[in-house]
Amino acid sequence: MKQRDFERRYEGQWQLIENWLSAYRKNTGAGPESNGTDDLPQNYRRLCQHLAVAKERQYTSNLIARLNQLVMQCHQRLYRQKHVSSHRWLEFIFAGFPRALREQARFVWLACGLFLAPALVMGLGCYWNDALIYAVMSPEQVLQIESMYDPANRVLGRERGSDSDLLMFGFYIKNNIGIAFRTFATGILFGLGSIFFLVLNGVFLGAVFGHITRVGFVSTFYPFVIGHGAFELTAIVFAGAAGLRLGHSLINPGNLNRRQSLREAGREAMKIMYGTFLMLVIAAFLEAFWSSSTEVSIGIKYAVGGFFWLLVISYCVFAGRRLPVAAPAGSRL
Amino acid sequence: MHNTSASTPPRNPDETDLDTLYQIETPEGIDLTAQVAGPVPRILAYSVDLFYRSMILLALGIALRVAGNTGIGLWLLCSFLLEWFYPVLFEVLRRGQTPGKQAFSLAVVNDNLTPIGWGPSIMRNLLRFADFLPFGYFAGILSMSCSRNFQRLGDYAAGTVVVYREPVAKTGELPDATPTPPPRGLQLADQQAIVSLAERSNVLSRARQRELADLLQPVTGLSGDDGLRRLHGIGRWLLGARKPKQSKATATTDTPEHAEAAQ
Repeated sequence: MKQRDFERRYEGQWQLIENWLSAYRKNTGAGPESNGTDDLPQNYRRLCQHLAVAKERQYTSNLIARLNQLVMQCHQRLYRQKHVSSHRWLEFIFAGFPRALREQARFVWLACGLFLAPALVMGLGCYWNDALIYAVMSPEQVLQIESMYDPANRVLGRERGSDSDLLMFGFYIKNNIGIAFRTFATGILFGLGSIFFLVLNGVFLGAVFGHITRVGFVSTFYPFVIGHGAFELTAIVFAGAAGLRLGHSLINPGNLNRRQSLREAGREAMKIMYGTFLMLVIAAFLEAFWSSSTEVSIGIKYAVGGFFWLLVISYCVFAGRRLPVAAPAGSRL
Repeated sequence: MHNTSASTPPRNPDETDLDTLYQIETPEGIDLTAQVAGPVPRILAYSVDLFYRSMILLALGIALRVAGNTGIGLWLLCSFLLEWFYPVLFEVLRRGQTPGKQAFSLAVVNDNLTPIGWGPSIMRNLLRFADFLPFGYFAGILSMSCSRNFQRLGDYAAGTVVVYREPVAKTGELPDATPTPPPRGLQLADQQAIVSLAERSNVLSRARQRELADLLQPVTGLSGDDGLRRLHGIGRWLLGARKPKQSKATATTDTPEHAEAAQ
């Protein structure tokens, strides 16, 4: 068949599909029924056949390009991924996230170690040796931190007003979640970035803990940190674990090639990152509006902080164990 | 998943290395092709987005100044959201195009050429930071340059590619020439060349077409405008036009419809 005849014979069908697609694009959703061509899959298969025929008979590139584009648009319409329903979000929060953490337990423990070991060393070091903190911080920074937690000048107090609570909330969101995202993202450099950020954060936090304890500002520092620390410190460790998972997929891809292995790891790591993000939002909220308040007595703060730690740990260990495994492999959240 | 990009065999050994065609096989057994976009248009698109983002932040900064500390808090919040989620929202809700990408008609798609969803989009934009290292997107540009499909690290991990979203192709108007049967023994490649010359008659300048037609003087035996007209005629014949009158009628009624449908 000559190209002209071919075009003339099927032009009607192509235009029908084109009209349908453009109607769909204009008012998303109302397309298929209103046009009488609700049988897109069948039309699409016919279109695919036309494209194959056109290629086989080596019709002109114009025609092939046009058909290719039509096929592409239908393809995108047909194989669109489903949106996440609210039901799946709940399921993720109550079961999917802790399950993902337990699946990657190796990396979570590794990240935990990479964070806690330097923190412990620096913490004890700074507690025993008052000069060690200056190895990681400048004297001005040390002074600033000391004045923040000095019980004598109570800048942490409620008297700073609720507007600065909101200021601090914005700051914690931008800063802390940024740190977690970076810890995760740099894991793709064979895990080196995640290791670097975990150790760096461990060293700094350990140094601050050790130094403040040594100076004796215990009554302001610990009640402040304990509440949001339950969410923030664990979330940073989890972000590091997700990053290490990415790095590991490149170092040891197993039976897959490195590209496929990385994608697989990316999908698993994303499950952890969604949860991490939620935890960090909670942490920023607590840090800005709860940890800083001085109206609550220290005893209550310790109690609530301890409860948060218990909550987070038992959530990670127990949540989602009973429910049947619902999400099939390969499905994306 | 029907990602076959890794296993798609090169179509023709001597045209694989230079072109930027990206080919996948759909479940229907069809080879879909798209053009992947290289680093330069992507950097330009990124710059446009960066400009928009900075403008938004600047405007917000001015507007929120009156609100004191609350305003600064909100501004920090907005700058966080813009930094990490500006591309995600646009990519998912606007068919893979941020405003910058739209300006250069680029689009992000999954590597099976389906529309990008939340997961892959968040992934590739979180990994932006790794691509940024050590400064100025050095890692990303390096990765794009080494990759066959111009993928940066985030694209690898999310399984996405950036392709050109071409405007809908139009069927070209054919030149008004009497259909002429081709000389005997015309090779397939030559036939295709003649047909595409006829199809591009309204894109190329007349002089350039004459120049091209003169190259085929051994085949047509004519030169200049006569040769060109003969080639156009052969092109129409090859495309299926036979009787001059009927084909003229179809040519004039058909083509405006094509153009309309294409829009």
